[in-house]
Amino acid sequence: MAPLLNGSAQGALLLLAALGLSLTFGQMGVINMAHGEFLMIGAFAAYLVQQVITASNLSIPVALPVAFVVAGLFGLVLEVTIIRWMYRRPLDTLLVTVGVGLILQQAALQIFPSQGVPVEKPRWLDGQLTILGYNWPLRQVFTILLATVCVAALSAWLKYTSFGRRIRATVHNRDLAETTGISTRSIDRLTFFVGSGLAGVAGVAASLIGGTNSQMGAQYIIPAFLVVAAGGIGQLKGTVIAAWAVGVALSFFAYWTTGSLAQVLAFILVIVFLQLRPQGLFTVRTRSLA
Amino acid sequence: MSSTSKRMRALVATGAIGTTMALVLAGCGARAGDDTAGAGSSAAASCVDTSGDTVKLGFLNSLTGGMAISEKTVSNVLHMATDEINADGGILGKKIEYVQEDGATDWPTFAEKTEKLLTQDCVAAIFGGWTSSSRKAVKPVVEKFNGLFFYPVQYEGLESSPNIYYTGATTNQQIIPAMDFLAAKGVKTLFLAGSDYVFPRTANAIIKLYAANLGIKIVGEEYVPLDKDDWTSQVAKIAAAKPDFIFNTINGSSNVGFIKAYYDAGLTPAKTPIISVSIAEEEAPAMGHEVTGHYASWNYFQSLKTDTNPEFIKNWKAYPNSSGVTSDPMEAAYISLYLYKALVEAAGSFDVNAVNAAAKSKTITFDAPEGKVTLDGENHHISKPGHIGRINADNQFDIVWASDKFIEPDPYLEGYDWFPADIRKQLTDAAG
Repeated sequence: MAPLLNGSAQGALLLLAALGLSLTFGQMGVINMAHGEFLMIGAFAAYLVQQVITASNLSIPVALPVAFVVAGLFGLVLEVTIIRWMYRRPLDTLLVTVGVGLILQQAALQIFPSQGVPVEKPRWLDGQLTILGYNWPLRQVFTILLATVCVAALSAWLKYTSFGRRIRATVHNRDLAETTGISTRSIDRLTFFVGSGLAGVAGVAASLIGGTNSQMGAQYIIPAFLVVAAGGIGQLKGTVIAAWAVGVALSFFAYWTTGSLAQVLAFILVIVFLQLRPQGLFTVRTRSLA
Repeated sequence: MSSTSKRMRALVATGAIGTTMALVLAGCGARAGDDTAGAGSSAAASCVDTSGDTVKLGFLNSLTGGMAISEKTVSNVLHMATDEINADGGILGKKIEYVQEDGATDWPTFAEKTEKLLTQDCVAAIFGGWTSSSRKAVKPVVEKFNGLFFYPVQYEGLESSPNIYYTGATTNQQIIPAMDFLAAKGVKTLFLAGSDYVFPRTANAIIKLYAANLGIKIVGEEYVPLDKDDWTSQVAKIAAAKPDFIFNTINGSSNVGFIKAYYDAGLTPAKTPIISVSIAEEEAPAMGHEVTGHYASWNYFQSLKTDTNPEFIKNWKAYPNSSGVTSDPMEAAYISLYLYKALVEAAGSFDVNAVNAAAKSKTITFDAPEGKVTLDGENHHISKPGHIGRINADNQFDIVWASDKFIEPDPYLEGYDWFPADIRKQLTDAAG
């Protein structure tokens, strides 16, 4: 039971990290290697909120929307200044955003104490939920709930709002969307804002699990890309299933072997899967696959 | 970033001008390498020039990348020690002029910068490094060019080089005291948690051998890669194993993940305390959870009552960009510069061979903040007191155990009969 529950929580964190990417990479075709640093920005936002609101019971709920907006704004600036010139050159976005990520890392190192900053979890996350004899940390339950809320909100937003419809229209056929009067530029900006903002939310969750420092983004970016690729580009449900599967696999491997070997085995599994099914779990015809 | 490199360039430039001027003024300057030409050094002639009124030293620390988290502090304290020594008249009457290089958390860069510092900047000695990988990258280069490297961090031992001086603890000064403390406390079961690289692997190999000797049972051993913070699955195993104590050899930010997972799982220091070898005064407040009641094994703590410690703490707190607290690795870095000063002054020369000869023939000591340390001229390590501290509510350490005397460095653990020769060879080979 323990590995299954632990793994679900690990998968939920992966999902949070990958969710924004499934928008910016999956839907827009931008390879944003600075996504991990947007996650870091979210974690630092949580720290700053805790400096203002010292009661951790309140600060983390406040930090979630703050981190979303702050990371989203960073994403927006990146889109407006750099990404907009590169929509048809995905490999260039990769190189540029690696550079942007390094700049953000070094900036964090200069601004904040180099050892990293402490983010405290709210007192209501102390304690465990006993399920079949296993004391499941409430913090893990929280990560899963947060991921669920984010996925539900994002898919509802894409499906039911006019913004969402316009995003999907732009993704499917940019020229046709433009002829129907959709301002694809503002849609691009909005999508990138939301995608980056979701990284910020993931950052808050990550700050409750590990260290908040300049290097934290690096450990999430590659697994997040793998999850998006394995789930099927442009597919939210694929990302959800892939993240959960990778999290649970990681946890079971860690249970049977060691933490290091688990990382290796889980990603061998993903790579083998992508060899057999390069298009991922689900496929959809999008502009980015053209 | 640009301001750093500008400053560095400016330093190199003034250094070059200074050297040229000195050469012009002195006509034909004495070269450190000339003193002992034919003293058996197979390396190329040294280009170190100490004919002027300054001596050039190199500081090699990662100011960018992942290890900047730790190494910036070492760089800062080296600058502080430089200022102190210069204010006090310098080394052999010569002011220190330093060249700060960025190792950038990249081991080949450490090797390249070492070569640059030795052959282009012509520094008399290099100070810095943190990870064992960085030291292993520097080692062949300082050996090739017969330079000097001062390494300030506790490490896995099983190494000795005529060109490296080690001012941090080797295993018999940190790991073994921690085990002695656990045995004295009556600990029966121990769980080993470490990052997955050479230090924790070697430390745990030693711990397991010594534990068997002490009658302590190892009930589990877990490793997570250095760059991963999520310890949830491993902590679940620890919670199931219910050990008396956890021996923590995790390094860096992964420690934060470990501590968070530990408290998430409902473990407490009252029932399952942790003893760490990498959580010090600087790390303790950055955990995101209070860590009161856990233990750490170090040689130096800010709370130590020695003659020199109060002034060291005061100076560090007043130093620009200081972290406000003192800790073991930075104290060891502070020692390294003073130890070099003591060595050079004992040798009466900056020449590497003369310095090494003085290390062997004379007793080199320094009144360090941790107490009076003595250099072992054979293995190039220093004697250190063993201390165990318990973290209090101010994230300072209450000293709960101390070795009866300063522990002589024994990097190859030759004085411990429970450490078999074949394991020593195997671990030494594995460490490269």
